[in-house]
Amino acid sequence: MKQENTIMENQNFRPLDLKKKMRLGESVIQTLLFLAGFLSIFITVAIVYVLGKEAWLFFGNPDVTFAKFLGTTEWSPGIGKFGIWPLVTSTLTTSFIAMLVSLPFGLAAALYLSEYASPKARSALKPILEILAGIPTVVYGYFALLFMTPLLQFIFGEGVQVYNMLSAGIVMGIMILPLISSMSEDALSSVPRALREGSYAMGATKIETSLQVVLPAALSGIGAALIIGISRAVGETMIVAVAAGAGPNFTFNPFLAAETMTGHIARISGGDLSYNSIDYTSLFAIALMLFLVTLVLNLISQGIINRFRQRYE
Amino acid sequence: METNEIPQYSIETKDLSIFYGTFKAVSDVNLLIEKQKITAIIGPSGCGKSTLLRAFNRMNDFVPSSYVTGKVLMGGQNMYGANIDPVEVRRKIGMVFQKPNPFPKSIYENIAWGARINGFKGNMDELVEQSLRGAALWEEVKDVLQKSAYELSGGQQQRLCIARTIAIQPDIILMDEPASALDPISTLRIEELMQELKKNYTIIIVTHNMQQAARVSDYTAMMMLEKDGSRSGTVIEFSETKKIFTNPKDKRTEDYVTGRFG
Repeated sequence: MKQENTIMENQNFRPLDLKKKMRLGESVIQTLLFLAGFLSIFITVAIVYVLGKEAWLFFGNPDVTFAKFLGTTEWSPGIGKFGIWPLVTSTLTTSFIAMLVSLPFGLAAALYLSEYASPKARSALKPILEILAGIPTVVYGYFALLFMTPLLQFIFGEGVQVYNMLSAGIVMGIMILPLISSMSEDALSSVPRALREGSYAMGATKIETSLQVVLPAALSGIGAALIIGISRAVGETMIVAVAAGAGPNFTFNPFLAAETMTGHIARISGGDLSYNSIDYTSLFAIALMLFLVTLVLNLISQGIINRFRQRYE
Repeated sequence: METNEIPQYSIETKDLSIFYGTFKAVSDVNLLIEKQKITAIIGPSGCGKSTLLRAFNRMNDFVPSSYVTGKVLMGGQNMYGANIDPVEVRRKIGMVFQKPNPFPKSIYENIAWGARINGFKGNMDELVEQSLRGAALWEEVKDVLQKSAYELSGGQQQRLCIARTIAIQPDIILMDEPASALDPISTLRIEELMQELKKNYTIIIVTHNMQQAARVSDYTAMMMLEKDGSRSGTVIEFSETKKIFTNPKDKRTEDYVTGRFG
């Protein structure tokens, strides 16, 4: 009896009051969330600032002109050669090879996992792919140098240099493969079941359904995976530093050694550099270039996602 | 009954039971679905109406661990027989779903695609127009055929789904609550359309809207859970729609159609 009374009293404890109240927890959380968001933006801006500042010094050097930077094909800042292209072509070549490996195989793996694999096969295969994603890139680098290169030399003969873009690109593709496959698989599995059923009900076979209905419906997600994969390839450093070569070389021939933008930055910054030397500031110009390439690719991926989002809802 | 005589029924089930693993979802269904008529399957939620419908074009195949016992005969052939290709079954038995599910393609391609994978070699433009006319959608979309199907309204999308189904010229069209996600006007259009379609097709429709069943169907199958508490659904009464709604034999049917139950 006593207890019941207290409950009744408690229920009637608060009189009607519709005035605004302070909710301290709410404001604290809001502030914390804002700070977290702000921090990431701040760091991005800070990176751009530092890159821009040092690159500014580079382009401020009387010997450097944009015409030379973008119009010549030899990079050796120490002796007044400022053509960025040998580094860019190497980055593009290795990245292109990497995508040539990772896109078809990653997509095939994703299609298999989402459309064909039995739950058992899927639960066995996914962890293996994730292990592939967890291998340190330096290990991949030596895998390229010590396994892939000899293999390529065996296949293509002596034309393949010890350091070469093909081997680095292929191994980079293997490294990116799990990223492509897991993102594409997410995109494929999130295609509504109703679409698959609609397709089967039309008398479509499994392969027709997978390739002509599910795949197009997942295209935006797969496009995003592609772009992120490219960004990853462009930014990858260790594999190319170990296996692609240690000197700028203006060529698209994948059998030859050629240093990428990232590989070059890694090598030069490991050496003895004095601040304000042209070598030092040139690194920031390369980094800025890399940053721009990656930024543009990310913007494109964002654009694709926005354009196609929920088109099949 | 001899099964290889010329069948006057488009689908015939014999002691059809449908299982999900050990769970018997539908038990012992014996139905004769007459050609070029509309047969409605009604009953309370969860009694296996959709499961039964989906057994008619082997859509339950995609549910792991599902299987059937008994027979579903189409043209004298058991569609669950050993040498039957489910893809061929579905080419003859089209399906319209509860929620419109057009493909992420243009309006034109939504229709052309199914015809193409089914080996259609004729004049595609003509087929698309015919199918859209058949689904009473042509006038509304003839100028926007290349637009995405997702730009259509829900009711238009559902008629597009009907159009793509008739484009592959099936014998039977299954409809799983085709109007339940639509507004009343779109619903009315679909019902009118069904009356047109039955001139050429056999239609089986699942609905939980009894007025709809009474309005559109020629025959009605009343489904209900078994009385033994096993959670299996079965057909408790099957006859002309008129009889089901005016003079049901089973007390449970009477209670259901008069709104005293369900």
